[in-house]
Amino acid sequence: MALLGQTFITGILIGGIYAIIAIGMTLIMGVMKIINLAHGALMMVGMYVCIVLFNSLGWHPYISMIPAMIILFGIGWLLQKYSIERVFGVETILPESQVLLTLALGLGITEIIRLIFTSNYQVTYTPFSAKCFYIGGMSISAPYLVGFIIALAFVAALHIFLTRTDLGRSVIATAQDRDAATYMGVDARRITNFTFALGTALAAAGGVILLPIFYTYPDVWHPYLAKAFIITILGGMGSTVGALSGGLLLGVAETFGATYWSPGYRDVVGLIIFLLVLLLLPGGLKALIKR
Amino acid sequence: MAEIKAMTKRRWFLLTILGIVIVVIPLFLGGYIQHLLILVMMWITMAIAWNLLGGYTGCVSFGHAVFFGLGAYGGGLLLLHWDISPWWGMIVGPVLAIIIGIPIGLICFRLRGPYFALALLALNEAFRIVFTNWVSVLGGASGIVISRTFGSEKLPYYYIALAIAALSVYVVYKLIHSKYGYYFISIREDQDAAEALGIPTTRYKMYALIPSAAFTGLAGAIYMNYMAYINPEVVFDLAGISIMMILTVMVGGAGTLWGPVLGGVIFVLLNEGTRVLVGPISYLIFMVIACLLIMFLPDGIIGDWAKIKQAFRRKKPALN
Repeated sequence: MALLGQTFITGILIGGIYAIIAIGMTLIMGVMKIINLAHGALMMVGMYVCIVLFNSLGWHPYISMIPAMIILFGIGWLLQKYSIERVFGVETILPESQVLLTLALGLGITEIIRLIFTSNYQVTYTPFSAKCFYIGGMSISAPYLVGFIIALAFVAALHIFLTRTDLGRSVIATAQDRDAATYMGVDARRITNFTFALGTALAAAGGVILLPIFYTYPDVWHPYLAKAFIITILGGMGSTVGALSGGLLLGVAETFGATYWSPGYRDVVGLIIFLLVLLLLPGGLKALIKR
Repeated sequence: MAEIKAMTKRRWFLLTILGIVIVVIPLFLGGYIQHLLILVMMWITMAIAWNLLGGYTGCVSFGHAVFFGLGAYGGGLLLLHWDISPWWGMIVGPVLAIIIGIPIGLICFRLRGPYFALALLALNEAFRIVFTNWVSVLGGASGIVISRTFGSEKLPYYYIALAIAALSVYVVYKLIHSKYGYYFISIREDQDAAEALGIPTTRYKMYALIPSAAFTGLAGAIYMNYMAYINPEVVFDLAGISIMMILTVMVGGAGTLWGPVLGGVIFVLLNEGTRVLVGPISYLIFMVIACLLIMFLPDGIIGDWAKIKQAFRRKKPALN
């Protein structure tokens, strides 16, 4: 029973952290209708910003999360404005050329980071990382719990931003119908740039939350990118609530797979869910709730 | 009419010259250059195969490493379990790729565009993880080692790779200039319209997938025999195989016959050239070139040839 509870709680906590990475992706995919494969690499850059601040100034990752998000917001804006926007809507033989561009950007960014910091593992070890407390035989790790709470706070703030403010509503309008939004006076290009930058900043926040828990290296982003996709497809494009529920579901499914099947097949569980959702439930959880 | 005949004659003449050059010249070259040529032929085969499904039929696959890996493991598993020569992998590998490819196609062809791409990406990762973890049957992360039949001799491998590359070009050429080719292109341009005109799209996508998987598997089998060592991290590598195949085709020109050939040559030479010249930042330079190509020549060198020509023409009057 303790094992079951332990698995469940760990799954929920890690799922919340996945969700914040996925929300950035779901926003970008909702507005731009393209798959952004640079998302994971940009998350990793956010982690390295924190590592620099930790090593030079000794800032705790949770504090340096704010500068990391601001820097990544800028990087995201520049990348979108000067690179991805150029191929956006260009007629080519293969419609996937933007996807490939984001991929090439992501791999290129990884190489830049590798040149600067080498492939060595980096950690931001603080006494806080090892702290945990016990409830009825189940241990709850403090960085997981704090990360989960921060992630939830971000999700709530984002939800309010998207539904209550002018700018947020413009983002949703652009995601729903780009042309109609333009007719209503929304500058769709600016909104696209903003969304890409915001999504990137959120990915950075997700990466920083992971820092006290895991070590990092330039290729750390591959599994997280895959998870962000799975959650985006699971939750439905452009939906914050869908991304949160998808994240929790994936986190729980993964930890159950790791506990009761084999830790080696942990990622396969997510991939199987991904394929099943793509085939059986193309609209994701969002479509299920609507029905 | 006479003009067209003269043109085809000239084309055959050029092809014959090219054929003689690529058959004879390697005899006089050093081992390193021969090694590069083997890689070029392998990548040409893979790019041609990918192009048939991705470039002509429009199903952009982010997981062709699945077929490459299965082709390589076909021979490897024969050796591991029954001690049979891995050369049989040249037959078993592609067959295995087709057998696994058919259900993959049946399931994934229901998805379109980016979703198809993502589904194959997921399969790619799933195959890599399963081949890494299922040690008793598939050998696990330590991979499979074979001994080379021809020792350090490279020419036999070169001629086999050359024959396979030539065969793949021939098969794709024949397919594209038949009913199938027109069906493929119609599916790429507008799947709904193709369906409305009575083309069974899923079946024709399958007709593109089967040769594509088979040739990718063949390339995997020759890789296995030439490199003499495979492991899941290498042959099911998403960035190193699946993505590079797409970039190779994109560089040359997707949906053209000679685009992937040109792309394969450029890819291997660029890869090795930058490695020799600039060392560790070669991968970065490669990615920067890829970004610039996608941004400025999205249809590849052959696909955007008119654009390149125009750019040079426009410059000339400015100089004068």
